Amino acid sequence: MKKKTSFFARTAVAPHMVWAVVFIVIPLFAVIYYAFTDAQGRFSLESILQLRDYIPTIGLSLWFGLLSTAICFILAYPFAYFLSQKKDSQQKTLIMLVMLPMWMNLLIRTYSWMLILERNGILNKLLTLIGLGTPNGFLNTGGAVVLGMVYNYLPYMILPIYSVMSKLDNNVIQAAQDLGGNRFNVLTRVIFPLSLPGVVSGITMVFVPSVSTFYISQKLGGGSFLLIGDAIESQFQSVNNFNLGASLSLILMILILISMAIMNRFTDDDDAGGLIV
Amino acid sequence: MKRFAAVFLCVVFVGLSLFGCGKNETSTLQVEAEYPRDYEGTVLNVYNWGQYISDGSEGSLNVNKEFEKLTGIHVNYSEYDSNESLYTKLKSGGAAYDIIIPSDYMIARLIAEGLLQKFDVTALSNYKYIADEFKDLYFDPMNEYSVPYQFCYVGLIYNTTMVEGSPDSWGIMWDKKYAGNILNFNNSRDAFGVAQYYLQQDVNTNNKADWDAAFEKLKEQKPLIQSYVMDEVFNKMEGGNAAIAPYYSGDFVTMHDVNPDLAFVYPKEGSNASVDSVCIPASAGNVEAAKLYINFLMEPEVALANAEAIYYGSPHTAVTSNPDYSLQGNEVIYPPEEITSKMQYFQNLDPETLAYINNLWNQLKIS
Repeated sequence: MKKKTSFFARTAVAPHMVWAVVFIVIPLFAVIYYAFTDAQGRFSLESILQLRDYIPTIGLSLWFGLLSTAICFILAYPFAYFLSQKKDSQQKTLIMLVMLPMWMNLLIRTYSWMLILERNGILNKLLTLIGLGTPNGFLNTGGAVVLGMVYNYLPYMILPIYSVMSKLDNNVIQAAQDLGGNRFNVLTRVIFPLSLPGVVSGITMVFVPSVSTFYISQKLGGGSFLLIGDAIESQFQSVNNFNLGASLSLILMILILISMAIMNRFTDDDDAGGLIV
Repeated sequence: MKRFAAVFLCVVFVGLSLFGCGKNETSTLQVEAEYPRDYEGTVLNVYNWGQYISDGSEGSLNVNKEFEKLTGIHVNYSEYDSNESLYTKLKSGGAAYDIIIPSDYMIARLIAEGLLQKFDVTALSNYKYIADEFKDLYFDPMNEYSVPYQFCYVGLIYNTTMVEGSPDSWGIMWDKKYAGNILNFNNSRDAFGVAQYYLQQDVNTNNKADWDAAFEKLKEQKPLIQSYVMDEVFNKMEGGNAAIAPYYSGDFVTMHDVNPDLAFVYPKEGSNASVDSVCIPASAGNVEAAKLYINFLMEPEVALANAEAIYYGSPHTAVTSNPDYSLQGNEVIYPPEEITSKMQYFQNLDPETLAYINNLWNQLKIS
């Protein structure tokens, strides 16, 4: 049966449309406009061409983004499965614990990691007690930056995978077992394909903020790792070169669109529907 | 027992509220100038650096509140964290402020771009307190746009338990002995400055070869650097996580209060002087109230409270001659003439040079 769009349905969507146009479409065009003009507002490819200087930055951002997404996935997938097998009441408690850190601001969480990883920080002091300390601590390394991203974005990987897994029909798994599938086969041929929509949306939700992050890299990387988010921030905040900042933002958006397009190929539109951001 | 606790809390609350009210009604502040209540009910938008005013914490004077009591003008106070973000806000025209407190080179830039308005500083009765050496500064040679608020110098902070002897040169920032223990500024101008003083350059040069030489020096230094910091420097130096850091003199006093092992030196090659001055943007809507506010900031008691709260140097003669001023004669905040004579002010660089050094700065980060 074909639904008719009522007058009410059409007016109800209007505020959302206005919102989307004012806060999404217009800023998007502003980014494109600034990316292709110079400081005097004339058409220019200069800031696009300047992106060549930022190839290492873009590469490093992609690498850190991929790395932290992969680590998040490896940590989150078994955990989400474990979670979905628990009793309902336990699931609620555990989910609460996963979300608990998100009640604190990202800046505070990251700053706390700075103090923990510092050479006179609590972690290095404990390790020194058992003879494993390092004289320089763990701060200001690429590893610290990736750790910060994994820590901050892990819940975004756990939650979508868990939400798909908790809805898996146990009869399907039992059927697979009855038909002679061993544990490994049940996991790889039944559970994993069925949980794919959650995995895809988890990967997207972790990769996008990781690749565009800026605060984490500044605080945990000791200012020595320039990621694309840092480059954009400095163009707007300190250099006041909106054109280069916009062209960096544009390339970041294109990278994210490409990666989302790749991810969406792995899943049917119907299943992923409500989950992809 | 529970009832006792409840009664006790009631007594405490009633006591506190009575005490609070009593304090509100009688202002003990002595003011010298006249503050007419002509602008009562209007709003004054003040845009200042973070933690750059005496705000009533720890029993200090709440400057904005006193001004409100005196004039009936409501102070709408907000903060920024860099000259550049202040500039972006003003330039984009999205916000209207009546009072801003930028640094020297930014004042020069704002004047050049017509973003500040002139006002007659001599009409402000408290202007007589400003020391002569803080008048006619390069960015406002005729004293038409600005009234100096606070000043500071860049020097070298080091941890005496980690550094041998007493360093006197920027060269220590390139000493391999301290590899992994050295911090540098995380902003291009100040970080390049360190290399430029060491190379004895003019920090305001527009000669690209000079900037390239400073860049090479910073690149040579990068493997020794633990991290590039701004506000993180407090935690790192206070906690003994790093041995050497260049930073602002006023902030050293704060750090030294926490960690007495820290020491401060002005390197013999010279360093950077900076002055933050009170200005009125061209787009200000409440100019007369802004002038009252500037005059109020120069009240001897207010200037003293600010100097005590901020720990930066005060250009105010009634503060520096006040025997009760805790930083009076402090050689870090008020270094002697032979040191200040070697200081350089940052000046506004042309856009081409700015873009050039920013590009070098990014290359340094990537390398």
